[in-house]
Amino acid sequence: MTAPARTSVPARTSAPVDDRPARRRPPRVSTVLTYASLVAASLVVLVPLLVVFLTSLKTSDEVADGTDVLGLPHDWLNFSNYGTAFTDGHMLMAFGNTAFILLFSITGTVVIGSMAAYAIDRFEFRFKKAVMALFLIATLVPGVTTQVATFQVINSFGLIDTRWAPILLYMGTDIVSIYIFLQFIRGIPRSLDEAARLDGANAFTIYRKIIFPMLKPAIATVVIIKGITTYNDFYIPFLYMPSEDLGTISTALFRFKGPYGAHWETISAGAILVILPTLLVFLFLQRYIYNGFTRGATK
Amino acid sequence: MTDSTRTAPPPDPLTGPPPAHRPRHRPADGRSRRRSWQDHPLRRATPWLFLLVPLALLITFTYVPVGNMVYYSFTDWDGVSPDRSFVGGDNYEELFTRPELFRVFAVGLYYLAASVVQIAAALYFATILSFDLRLRNLFKGILFFPYLINGVAIGFVFLYFFQDGGTLDSVLSLLGTDGDHAWLGDPQSANTALAGVSVWRFTGLNFVLFLGAIQSIPGELYEAAQIDGATRWQQFRHLIAPGIRPVLSLSVILAISGSLSVFEIPFIMTGGATGTQTFVIQTVKLAFQFNKTGLASACAVVLLLIILAVTWVQRRLVPDEKVDLV
Repeated sequence: MTAPARTSVPARTSAPVDDRPARRRPPRVSTVLTYASLVAASLVVLVPLLVVFLTSLKTSDEVADGTDVLGLPHDWLNFSNYGTAFTDGHMLMAFGNTAFILLFSITGTVVIGSMAAYAIDRFEFRFKKAVMALFLIATLVPGVTTQVATFQVINSFGLIDTRWAPILLYMGTDIVSIYIFLQFIRGIPRSLDEAARLDGANAFTIYRKIIFPMLKPAIATVVIIKGITTYNDFYIPFLYMPSEDLGTISTALFRFKGPYGAHWETISAGAILVILPTLLVFLFLQRYIYNGFTRGATK
Repeated sequence: MTDSTRTAPPPDPLTGPPPAHRPRHRPADGRSRRRSWQDHPLRRATPWLFLLVPLALLITFTYVPVGNMVYYSFTDWDGVSPDRSFVGGDNYEELFTRPELFRVFAVGLYYLAASVVQIAAALYFATILSFDLRLRNLFKGILFFPYLINGVAIGFVFLYFFQDGGTLDSVLSLLGTDGDHAWLGDPQSANTALAGVSVWRFTGLNFVLFLGAIQSIPGELYEAAQIDGATRWQQFRHLIAPGIRPVLSLSVILAISGSLSVFEIPFIMTGGATGTQTFVIQTVKLAFQFNKTGLASACAVVLLLIILAVTWVQRRLVPDEKVDLV
């Protein structure tokens, strides 16, 4: 990704070292070992996943036989386990619920985060330091510890076992997004705001017509990080939406454990169904995902 | 504040005549001009209108719970009944005197050890993949992908991996080793296995963070180092290591607070059975299964204090702006 940029550096500095393009290539002796370690690591990552994929294509007899875990399925087009997982495992409903939660919590996070960042960066007001400190200290509180009490707050709103509980929590406890927006908004020239203000635009118009459209790259980052973490979250839907028809993909898959306890072909199909969208998103948005998580974790 | 802005209202034509080379940050001028625009009381309320919803959510879902949690921890509330009585420090006393409640912290040590392995592996792969290798992006993608996978799916993948006659046993017998071992059968091997899953899952994130930091070191520096005859180890020691220091310290803090608050993988895979219960699993069970909200709150307060202390120590040891959140 950044490799092309890097190799062009010697050309730009026009130093007389152009005959050494392999500047950062490791020495030959260790090359074999380097590749061996990479292949070994790739196998460690891929083998558990591949075996589950193979299992998802096997019949229950093939799996129950149990002698040939690493063996290939007899029929590569045996998708019946996927059917079982989809219909009996309520995966369709789960994808619907997850999509609903994703839509609202991501929209909410983007709007709330960008508004907070706009207010903090573009205005001088009393208690600004205090407000920033409130947001900063909140990043130190791990959400996993406070659920005992958060549960009671949600309960007092009567939101237990509704999809609004996770939506509100995902929207309200995401401070990292605010920092991503804050960092980005600093780079948008203030002269744009001022020009618009001279034309008679009020603060909200400036936010909506100038700041928000210019935040697009930051919005993309937040949508990707937020989307993937929300899609994968287990703890919050597990605590707040116990009823079966409110399952998200995590909790619906978790419920496979009981009824399909010994039916590994169905559990495997369910797991693959959950992993597949992530894989597709990763393949298409790779670059944004790397950047997003790097920015999200360090900020 | 208002006085100063009134006495110095810089007229527009004075401050902004040449928009072409107007600097981005104009400390004094720009600020006072914005203030003069904000003199109107209604306009001074504008930032608060934007902050209303974010602050309301922040307070409702972060600060109110923390406050309540501290309060609950001094009561004997069961989480349901309308009445609760103040019991002072009894919950904390129970927590610190009943060894079985505190012993679960020991399970965190497995994950702490695992995160050492994780950071070392991530560092190694980030270093070698920062060179121009064949299939570099493919390896990068493979190593990072586990971090994106749903935790429940990972749990099932590895339940199958570790089960009797499962993936691991089959691979071992393929390699000629006798692999009939109940991996999740006894506490030691179960915790090691679960910590291994954690390494599998999270190495990718550390790896990508390290790789990003290494690649942001200017290429000229490597050239200069090579011209000066620096060995590869010297390059790592004096170029790469200082360059990734902020990210490394961030990873260490995430590893420590992460291994104290492990929940998902053991909860999904074993439910805390065979000695794999972690502090958070125990807290969740106390609160939502045994209705001991008071005691669970005390546990959560202790965990929160430990994590805050760890963060504080880290900030003191490595006062680095790049990890700072503002």
